[in-house]
Amino acid sequence: MDSLNAIVLLLNYLFVPALSYGSQLALGAIFVSLIYGILRFAYFTAGDLMSFGTMFTILFTWYFQSLGINLGILPTALLAIPFGVAITILYVLVKDKLVFSYYRTQKSPPVMLAMVSIGTMFITQAIVRIVIGPFDRRFFDGEKFILKANEFKEMTGLNEGLTIKSTQVITLLVTIVVVSILFWFLNRTKTGKSMRAYSDNEDLALLSGIDPKKVVMITWIIAAILATIGGALYGLDKSFKPFTYFNNMLPIFAAAIVGGIGNPFGAFLGGYVIAFSEILLTYAYKKFFVYLLPESLEPDGLLQLLSTDYKFAVSFSILVIVLLFRPSGIFKGKVL
Amino acid sequence: MRKNLDIISAYSIMLGLIILVGFLQSWSMALSILCLCLISAVMTMGANIQWGYAGLINFGIMGYTALGGLAAVLVSVPPVREAWQVGGFNMILCAFLIAFMVFSIRLIMKKYRQSKKRSYGIAAIIIVGLILLRLISAPAIESIESVSPATTGFLGGMGLPILFSWIVGAFFAGALAYIIGKIALGLRADYLAIATLLISEIVISIIKHEDWLARGVKNVIGLKRPVPYEVDLQSKEWFINLVEKFNQGALNLISNSLERQEALKQFVIESSTVFIKLCFAGLFTVVVIILLIITQKALYSPWGRMMRAIRDNEEAANAMGKNVVKQHLLIFVLGSAIVGIAGAMMVTYDGLFTPGSYRPMRYTFLIWVMVIVGGSGNNFGAILGGFAVWFLWVEAAPIALFLINFFTSGLEETNAFRVHLVNSIPYFRFLMMGIGLLLIMRYRPKGILPEKIKHI
Repeated sequence: MDSLNAIVLLLNYLFVPALSYGSQLALGAIFVSLIYGILRFAYFTAGDLMSFGTMFTILFTWYFQSLGINLGILPTALLAIPFGVAITILYVLVKDKLVFSYYRTQKSPPVMLAMVSIGTMFITQAIVRIVIGPFDRRFFDGEKFILKANEFKEMTGLNEGLTIKSTQVITLLVTIVVVSILFWFLNRTKTGKSMRAYSDNEDLALLSGIDPKKVVMITWIIAAILATIGGALYGLDKSFKPFTYFNNMLPIFAAAIVGGIGNPFGAFLGGYVIAFSEILLTYAYKKFFVYLLPESLEPDGLLQLLSTDYKFAVSFSILVIVLLFRPSGIFKGKVL
Repeated sequence: MRKNLDIISAYSIMLGLIILVGFLQSWSMALSILCLCLISAVMTMGANIQWGYAGLINFGIMGYTALGGLAAVLVSVPPVREAWQVGGFNMILCAFLIAFMVFSIRLIMKKYRQSKKRSYGIAAIIIVGLILLRLISAPAIESIESVSPATTGFLGGMGLPILFSWIVGAFFAGALAYIIGKIALGLRADYLAIATLLISEIVISIIKHEDWLARGVKNVIGLKRPVPYEVDLQSKEWFINLVEKFNQGALNLISNSLERQEALKQFVIESSTVFIKLCFAGLFTVVVIILLIITQKALYSPWGRMMRAIRDNEEAANAMGKNVVKQHLLIFVLGSAIVGIAGAMMVTYDGLFTPGSYRPMRYTFLIWVMVIVGGSGNNFGAILGGFAVWFLWVEAAPIALFLINFFTSGLEETNAFRVHLVNSIPYFRFLMMGIGLLLIMRYRPKGILPEKIKHI
């Protein structure tokens, strides 16, 4: 019984939150990785693009709510995501046309493009803050829990409860669907294959008649889709605040690099690596060991490896370690 | 003279703008803009050395600034004796332990070839060391932090004049840069940027959450100043006489002696803040000029030429027998040390250390906008960039307000759209920065004052 309790405890506080947080990071990391692979620069607008997409999702959610449209037990935001995606796609394509395409034709070095993306980061951030303001917004509605701690306790008779929020399940399901479609697209369709070819060897791809404009456009569209979905899921699960989204850029980059930059599948796994290590290293294991060990061996301290204040620092340290020992990432991307 | 015309005209426009602020808003405001412009100029000079001279991209500026600020606290605050008594010994022991760990790892690295055994050995040393550190430091930290937590709760500093911290800050930042450089300098440019950005976040989170070091997010306030305080100044005979002399004209108009006294008092209070900001501006100008002379000399020395050669063609420079790795590390350390000076200057000017206020937007990306806008590779350009961008950053709000009022003048005062725009004025500065950066990068990619290379 005690060991079951211990497992449920870990499931509740470690596994489930890490899985949903990891999915949100993974979606971001995939598009950062794709942009790096195909457009060949570090896209610093990543976090703010997510907040841009989420902002429009929220605006549409509010609009639908005012019209009285909802999805019953599901959050209305799910209905609003496609509209948010559409506007974000429009935004990135306009941005590409106005800003990035010039530097591509000039064959500017990647650093230049990264700098330019800092310029667009400032602008995106300004737009988000001017339109919706810098404050915390919650836009979740519908049924909050799938499984409540009390229900679980009654069901199983254990001391520890297991809570599963509906947003966590939605996050996981949406991520699985989106990511499987994406990998099907990249591996099976002609356009996807041409994108991978372009990423592997630009000159060869151009020689074999691949249209670079189309590849670039599709990349931006995928980026916008992933950014909006990832951002909206994060916002549903926690809350929407532009500053947090900007900060999320950092673990997203860490995930992309840890997974192997330019390798979308690696980035996908990298998201989970970062999320799990953040939560594993900052969790206080005292209760866990209280269940497992006999009373005489009960630990005194919290048995926390690092205080939760260092959550972000953990992912960055992992990044540094990976850079030191395996610069191509855990799952072999491009060598930096 | 003619070849420097662009520099002179750009700087006179900049000074003119600041003086304009003095006339339109207030002199105190103009001087605080000037002071922060000077500090920003020092930061941009540091970044410019790395980016402009050597092509190294360093997004860790925030980390070095914070370390400089930390130096200001550690140098100027008097030591908290009680905290040292309860926890000092353990903390010193920890410092020795860290030093011992580093040395033993270095020794192992030197003595043994790379092998699985060696890696496991190093890992074992690190893990055992960390556990020991935790065991030794945890009780000490707890007791240090419980020493009158409302006012101190940290070890305190050395109690020296705060001006020393400008040098100490440079050393702190340089030491950090040395470590980061060892780790990350081999990376490709944009990934060096990300790695430094993330490492600077680690530094900030350590400063924020290690309360025994500098009180963390509880902030350290009331740091000593290198210049007099307003209150002392207002009672000084010579200062009152000086103010009287300056405002002779205005005072003479007042016939009533009592009112005259009152007016003089008002003048003294106003002038004291201006005077102090002038003192600060003078100090900062001295730093900027010294750094400018040094960097200018370095740029045109054989060393500067070598750096440019490395920047423009690494392989060729390597083939000519220049040690690229070593020079990169050197310039990385030097540039970061300059940023560290700026960090210490900033805390000295503010008189307080607030780790929570260090955010990448303000301390890393904004500085980079300054470098790009001003002109990388040109010190005069970098300083100008610091001035221009900071000026715009501060004055963005009034400009935005003016523009909004102009464009929405057809709408009513209470129009929801107009009210919303007016409420979000602070965020227009991000918009201006972004648009400014993009325009400069598109139409003048080398900056306002581009790099000039003297051919001999």
